[in-house]
Amino acid sequence: MDLFEYQARDLFESHRIPVLAGAVATNPEEAELIAAKIGGKVVVKAQVKIGGRGKAGGVKLAENASDAKEKAKAILGMDIKGHIVKKVMIAQAAPIDSEYYLAILLDRANRNFLVMASVAGGMEIEEVAHKTPEKLARVGIDPNTGIDKSQAIEIIKAGQFPTDVVDQVAEVLIKLWEAFIKEDATLMEINPLVKSLDGKIIALDGKVTLDDNSSFRHPDHESLIDHGSTNPLEALAKEKDLNYVKLDGQVGIIGNGAGLVMSTLDVVAYAGEKYGVKPANFLDIGGGASAEVMADGLSIILRDEDVRSVFVNVFGGITSCDAVANGIVQALKILGNQATKPIVVRLDGNNVDLGRKILNEANHPLIEQLDTMDGAAAKAAQLAAK
Amino acid sequence: MAIFVNENTKVIVQGMTGSEGTKHTKRMLKAGTKIVGGVTPGKGGQIVDMDGALIPVFNTVKDAMQATGANASVVFVPPKFAKAAVVDAVDAQILLVVVITEGIPVHDVAAFYAYSISNGKTQILGPNCPGVISPGKTNLGIIPADITGPGKIGLVSKSGTLTYQMMYELRDFGFTTAVGIGGDPIIGTTHIDCLRAFQDDPETEAIVMIGEIGGDAEERAAQFIKEYVTKPVVGYVAGFTAPEGKTMGHAGAIVSGSSGTATAKKEALEAVGVAVGKTPSETANLMRKILNG
Repeated sequence: MDLFEYQARDLFESHRIPVLAGAVATNPEEAELIAAKIGGKVVVKAQVKIGGRGKAGGVKLAENASDAKEKAKAILGMDIKGHIVKKVMIAQAAPIDSEYYLAILLDRANRNFLVMASVAGGMEIEEVAHKTPEKLARVGIDPNTGIDKSQAIEIIKAGQFPTDVVDQVAEVLIKLWEAFIKEDATLMEINPLVKSLDGKIIALDGKVTLDDNSSFRHPDHESLIDHGSTNPLEALAKEKDLNYVKLDGQVGIIGNGAGLVMSTLDVVAYAGEKYGVKPANFLDIGGGASAEVMADGLSIILRDEDVRSVFVNVFGGITSCDAVANGIVQALKILGNQATKPIVVRLDGNNVDLGRKILNEANHPLIEQLDTMDGAAAKAAQLAAK
Repeated sequence: MAIFVNENTKVIVQGMTGSEGTKHTKRMLKAGTKIVGGVTPGKGGQIVDMDGALIPVFNTVKDAMQATGANASVVFVPPKFAKAAVVDAVDAQILLVVVITEGIPVHDVAAFYAYSISNGKTQILGPNCPGVISPGKTNLGIIPADITGPGKIGLVSKSGTLTYQMMYELRDFGFTTAVGIGGDPIIGTTHIDCLRAFQDDPETEAIVMIGEIGGDAEERAAQFIKEYVTKPVVGYVAGFTAPEGKTMGHAGAIVSGSSGTATAKKEALEAVGVAVGKTPSETANLMRKILNG
């Protein structure tokens, strides 16, 4: 789960990483109140989970509270690369002396954690890595030993930070590491980390990603989920514990196993080129494809108004095809009149003969069976063509 | 020959007494896997009847190894307790741990992987993987044993069901070993580990490598193929049409910006002479052509 900037700020604060006063507002009046409370100049910042908001006009300096209201009015509702701004953060403005960069992230390639620290902050770190790699320290951290004070100082020195801030920044790094571990994060980035004119080190903007697999030990992370921007069908799927992603096509997809479903999307996209249709969603029903799971999945897909046909693609491993077939038949019974779109089914693997027989005997007018994945994809695409 | 496991591999099942553990222990026994024990802390001393096979339960992996001579373990322990189970296995210096469990926090995986490296003895496969099968010899995990028989292809894949699909497509040739390495951000055994083992295995004549979007494991595998692999390799990458920023089922399967795209992976593989199919069936046909000369 990616956090909004204001959530990252609050999380940093709770781990005693120095941040400026700030709070989130969903309307201009609220923004004005917060700005008045902070006092003086404030920065109004669009809260979107995508980069480049500054260039898009999503960050504005306000002279006072009433100005903050106007600026919030201008930013709320803005479309930044397809993300509609629904919240703004009102943050204290601080005179800045220097901008630095500090981050801890999961390093997939080296299978450990990586600290990145650089005296060059406030820009994309990829740019620093490319243009002035000598200014970027990249140090792998053993998850079982972590970072101690002397190592933190070493890393910050390697990032070419000026001597007068090394101790302070090293302290921030240690707190960031503690936060990273305690919160089960896969990314904690402070960019920029600034030195204010009065010499204080402050985390001015942050990006945090938390590991969804760790939610069982973080009941408090539940409150960080952004229900507002979730697609309604995705929210419904989540309630039913289904692994569903809404896409913008016309062929509904149900399959078992993430890889096979991804592959199904590709095969349908290729087959759909001829008809101008694309996959409408990703839906992995996982290992236990019971009638209920199939019914839940089908009902979500059939609720998608863009869907014109459905492709059920199952390779029975542990799942047996007769269970899937029974699931489809029962799902159609449960759905009754709601089910109006043609369903192309391809079954293979565990108990395939029985599965196919069940569907043949059900003789449902909406169901059509094909033997191969490619053939079934072509049929589903053709049925979705207008 | 097979890679990582063979007909002599003696297997214990961690979490054998749980429902998943029991179900799959029975399936593995049926496939001919030499299962010699189970491990469930607190249940040591019990004997469990697995469809007629009497399997002893131990409290720790060390106890199980001492009593049975086991050299590999399959883990079905729930996510909450998976780290402790793998650490137990690493402490016992078992050679191979196959972690089937899905949904383990990545910090736990990073920790037990680092621990296995500092210990130096144990190879971890997974987590969140279907396991490894050497058809006709042994089966550690949840891959269906009856899709195909022994043969000359080696297969490595991030995805379970795509592994099954590809084994099915190429069932007329059969496989030396098929390895599902899992789709989590951190995994113990990589494409490269499998490619090296298949290259070194005299019975494997050709290799199928299945990847998916996210990370750069396929790109690194391509570099390794260029340097080390002389056997023919056919590739497939799932997720050509996946949009940016959406996680596609596997925790690791996400395109972020220009990195992790299927197209970049395909190009990296093709640049080192790997034929890459657009679909599973096209990939199987590329392999068929190679094996038929």
